[in-house]
Amino acid sequence: MQKRVLLTFTAAAAVAGLLGLGAANAQDTVKISVVGPRTGVMASGAAVTHWPGFKLWAHEINARGGLKLKAGQKKVELIEYDDRSMPGETIKAVERLAAQDKVDFIMPVYGTGYNLAVAPIFAKYGYPQVTQAAVTDQIDALTKRYPTLFFVQGSTTSFATSAINVLKNLKDEGKIGNRVAVVNVADAFGIELANAGRPLFKQAGFEIVYDKSYPLGTQDYAPVIKAAKAANPDAFVAWSYPPDTFGLLEQAKIEGLNVKAYYSAVAVAFPAFLGKYGKAAENVLGAGGIQDSPAIRDYYKRHKEVTGVDADYWGSPIYYSFLQVLQQAFEGVGSMDRKAITAYLKKNKFKTIIGEIDIRNQRLDKYWTVGQWQDGFFHAVAGVGFSEYKPVKLKTGW
Amino acid sequence: MDIIIIGLLLGGTYALMAMGLQLQYGVARIMNLANGEILVCGAFGAIWFFTASKMSPIYALIFVVPIAFVVNWAIYQVMMLPLVKRAKNQGQLEVDSILATFGLSFIFIGILLAVFGGEFLTYSYLATPFLIFGEPYALNRIAAFLGSVALCAGLYVWLHWTRAGLTLRAIAVNPAAAGLVSINVPRASALAFALGGAVTAAGGVLLSMFLTFDASLGVIFTLKALVIVIMGGVSDVRGAILAAFILGLTETAVATLVDPGLTLAAAYVLFIAILLVRPEGLFGRRST
Repeated sequence: MQKRVLLTFTAAAAVAGLLGLGAANAQDTVKISVVGPRTGVMASGAAVTHWPGFKLWAHEINARGGLKLKAGQKKVELIEYDDRSMPGETIKAVERLAAQDKVDFIMPVYGTGYNLAVAPIFAKYGYPQVTQAAVTDQIDALTKRYPTLFFVQGSTTSFATSAINVLKNLKDEGKIGNRVAVVNVADAFGIELANAGRPLFKQAGFEIVYDKSYPLGTQDYAPVIKAAKAANPDAFVAWSYPPDTFGLLEQAKIEGLNVKAYYSAVAVAFPAFLGKYGKAAENVLGAGGIQDSPAIRDYYKRHKEVTGVDADYWGSPIYYSFLQVLQQAFEGVGSMDRKAITAYLKKNKFKTIIGEIDIRNQRLDKYWTVGQWQDGFFHAVAGVGFSEYKPVKLKTGW
Repeated sequence: MDIIIIGLLLGGTYALMAMGLQLQYGVARIMNLANGEILVCGAFGAIWFFTASKMSPIYALIFVVPIAFVVNWAIYQVMMLPLVKRAKNQGQLEVDSILATFGLSFIFIGILLAVFGGEFLTYSYLATPFLIFGEPYALNRIAAFLGSVALCAGLYVWLHWTRAGLTLRAIAVNPAAAGLVSINVPRASALAFALGGAVTAAGGVLLSMFLTFDASLGVIFTLKALVIVIMGGVSDVRGAILAAFILGLTETAVATLVDPGLTLAAAYVLFIAILLVRPEGLFGRRST
């Protein structure tokens, strides 16, 4: 009996230690929680985009002494929960953080569906939810329903539209013909993009010479690429997810699919993409893209130094920008008063590594949608709300 | 022609995924749900070796295979043997081993996450075209195919022409009767389980040349291997090899002639059809 009591006590102490609930430092820190996938299907993306961003941000704030609040400087203490890539777990974790742990702030979760699933909880407890990695066509309806909800990465349609516009411009300039081969992964984002894209290609004057889907987890893309090549396209567009983005490009290279424009949606912006393909990645188009600047280059350097991993060229700098926004909002308000922070976000503009940004309308006024690998940097070549983009280059072989 | 070559290459890939599980389930009678994680471990070993040394990932087999053998042997001795001993019949052992190895798969995922992190790991090796009848095919897939054929042939010869192989086949047919003719069943089962793990890890090394891996991907490989092993007939390694190639050819034919979106559906239709006609699998023995 005694042994069991002791065991329970040890376990409780261990849990308390893990969560960092030591009473001594409780008053000098601000408890900020991050929920996201450490395991499961979403984990690989989150390991690049989600987790390191918070780590870098907290590290830098603590290095300069903490958040400057009215009650004095307070260090940031991150509390992390794994949702195992299951929305049910995400909901449970956020509910618990809000109702039981009563943390000072809850960061957005990872993925569109996951963010929408927890929006009612954020709204109920009044935590502002500046979603990241969430792309939807329902921004209007959702922001109206949840006054605490903010979107920073645009709509599904805007991604399809921008990609197609990039190709249209090339066609109108006479650089490529009007034949396009389109494939998509038979899963949420891939299907949405393909459906949004079909009429847009027609409007833009393209002839779709190949249009097929393939299941998630396909292990051999030879049949898809062979058939696409046989259709003799001028441009190739894949509304793809990470594993297939890699598989398709490898096959295209082997098969010699010599299109003048090659676009693949998710994961082209990942550092692993450049790492794997090197020179073959040059001039490949993909979702995301970042405008080059000294501030951005410096950010990539710090990211690698502090977190040990390379940041991506889509979500990562946006994550960091919005952590800068939140930091300014926390310090502007001078406390962790959730209502006041939400109001502050809706009233002010903020300075970040991607320039001055504005989310007063519960959505970001400008974002990049299409990028292209040029000399080892994934430059933004299209977007919404910016005045200048890097010119698109044609793909000239692998 | 295209379809046959691509189909055979894919079949070789599938055989690499399934052979190890075949040994573990068919002979050692352990339904190992952590099989896919072992494969991912092998792949990560190769990726780590390639990035660190810049030498051919094939050399990674030299250390991956023995390590996998020892680790799997230890898993059998520590985790599986107590289950085998207390199981009153095959059904109970299956249920117990499924639960135990399901848990084991999470332990593996956790270790991989802690050691390698959660991001995508991949590299480029032999990603060059190789012409067969004037058509380009990926050299790394051909290399993996050759590796797969060598493994299949080696296993087949070993199982059918050596005494140790005969012992394993005897256990696959009837463990109780094998014990009666003075075969050390626990030891031979441990050997089969360890060998299965080593083969799976070797498969991971070869597959890492062209597939992209992350720590959580194992379950995909477990499922595919499971389908192939059941389709082939649990007690005969030839069944799994044949099933792997049939699956590869079918998926490629459907993707080329009908629609790539239907490959998954075709695979499962084939699975159901074979089980309807031969519930014991292609090479399985009818229970008497």
